[in-house]
Amino acid sequence: MLGFVIRRVAMAVPVILILIVFSFVLMRAAPGGPFTKERALPPVVLENINAKYGLDDPFLVQIGTYLKNILFHFDFGPSFVYQDRTVNQIIADGFPVTLTYGFWTFVFAVLVGGALGIVAALKQNTWIDYLAVGFSIGAQALPNFIMAPILVLVFTLWLGWLPGGGWWGGPGDPNSYTSYLIMPVIALATSYLASIARLTRSSMLEVMNSNFIRTARAKGLPDRTIILRHTLKPALIPVISYLGPAFVGMITGSVVVDMFLSTGGIGKDFVQAALNRDYSVIMGITILVGMLTIMFNLLVDVLYAWIDPRIRY
Amino acid sequence: MTHVTNVETAEVVKGRSLWQDARARFFRNKAAVASMIVLILVSLFALFGGMLTPWSNEEIDWNLMGDVRTLGGPSFETKHYFGLDPLGRDLYARVVQGTQISLMIGIVGALISVIVGTLYGATAGFIGGRLDNIMMRIVDILMAIPYMFVLILLLVVFGRSIFMLFVGIGLISWLDMARIARGQTLSIKNKEFVEAAIATGVSTPKIIIRHIVPNLLGVVIVYATLLVPSMIMFESFISFLGLGVQEPLTSWGALINEGAGQMRYGTLWMLGFPLFFFLISLFAFFFFGDGLRDALDPKDR
Repeated sequence: MLGFVIRRVAMAVPVILILIVFSFVLMRAAPGGPFTKERALPPVVLENINAKYGLDDPFLVQIGTYLKNILFHFDFGPSFVYQDRTVNQIIADGFPVTLTYGFWTFVFAVLVGGALGIVAALKQNTWIDYLAVGFSIGAQALPNFIMAPILVLVFTLWLGWLPGGGWWGGPGDPNSYTSYLIMPVIALATSYLASIARLTRSSMLEVMNSNFIRTARAKGLPDRTIILRHTLKPALIPVISYLGPAFVGMITGSVVVDMFLSTGGIGKDFVQAALNRDYSVIMGITILVGMLTIMFNLLVDVLYAWIDPRIRY
Repeated sequence: MTHVTNVETAEVVKGRSLWQDARARFFRNKAAVASMIVLILVSLFALFGGMLTPWSNEEIDWNLMGDVRTLGGPSFETKHYFGLDPLGRDLYARVVQGTQISLMIGIVGALISVIVGTLYGATAGFIGGRLDNIMMRIVDILMAIPYMFVLILLLVVFGRSIFMLFVGIGLISWLDMARIARGQTLSIKNKEFVEAAIATGVSTPKIIIRHIVPNLLGVVIVYATLLVPSMIMFESFISFLGLGVQEPLTSWGALINEGAGQMRYGTLWMLGFPLFFFLISLFAFFFFGDGLRDALDPKDR
């Protein structure tokens, strides 16, 4: 087990390095520097700016400094557009919000999706099952950027129940903390919830038709025990492997939520930076998200191998 | 090979091929058949819908431009069947044009993934050994990066254009397909017909293309139909953020974004029409793909 974990970590490190170097090279390959403006700056000014941001160093030195700063100090450098802000500050402002609704999205999608899948499998070929299956196929066509406008239209413009975006402003806020959470969470979770329900249902059905469940029934165990003790654990194993891709999808979707619902997470900074060509911010966020993704996938893999000892890569 | 010349003229039992079976199973699935009809209608709309309107997707109707919110609604009198967009352009023409782009992205993305992914996966699986290991690790690495962020980085660096979108979609769409094709290849590479081909000295590339790939088709078709909607969603996502298709061209994602930005002024047709086309097409694609999977891969029910 320890060997497996070490091997997996050893594989994750080069991926992170490749991601950093790749985005750095890409950024430098861009036509025009970050300070190429419509009105050309005087050469002296440009020289000074380049010196300040270390852009006049040889390429390898630049890349070395960048890597060193990220890996040892977790420092993504200054923003190229906002003089007074560093990438770290921008991330520190937005990231807690992203993490908050990201966490609740994850919990919501896993619990509701899992429950839906389990119920559908237990009531196979009843109307509950058909409804759940129909929903889980159809909801794949409801990604976050479709759900967000629909939710705002229904819950804010028509019903007036929820604020149409924004984030909790502290105790003086007329709306409650939860009211700001509901729309981001539902918008992000719907399509993943559907996939989790589908996966859970089919893997529950497979386990329920297996020999050891028949044995358990033959022994005369009550249904409750069979489902809780014997079916659930093996049935949920395949679902775990889906959590990695689901995590990536949700963190990507947070960009839409931040843009459309103005929740104030890092997604908005990312898109803003993409439109302003603020390279260091784009790179910083890409690398941060990449690291998170890789670590999360690592966690899922280890969890997977720990729960199911038959699995080794 | 099917020439059977001299069968003792007993009654010939007509066997049903795998594909006939699959077709029968498919047509029994009502949701899938309905989806197929919807998809045909949407394609016809994309191809010929433009002929039904005097307006183009770029023209501004100067008569109504100032009062889009009050007078720009859908109407047959002004020949704006779907109303106007916020700038006073005909929404019907724009939806037709957006549908073309979205469908094209979906189909091209799926095609790239079918060609690249199948060949890549079949090669890795068939040759095996160290090459397989290296090739699949590359896929693992590419899958581990948050591609949407990297694609946006690419779009920023190389400029936003439809061409870059295709490059970006091409870069990631084949990964899943490669895995699926490899797995399938592993299960058929030890079959007798492959052994026979090796024994008769057929070259490796030829075995892969002539003997392995045709046997992957069933699985590949199923996943390709499910890839089309995910490619469309991918493009719509980027266009929704304003980083994808650029004016005057448009796509479902861009139109939905435009409409969603206006919905608090009560001009709901701007959101409704593109959203309607997006939803029915994507629902149809998913139910169609699902029906196809049940038909071609019946064990997974």
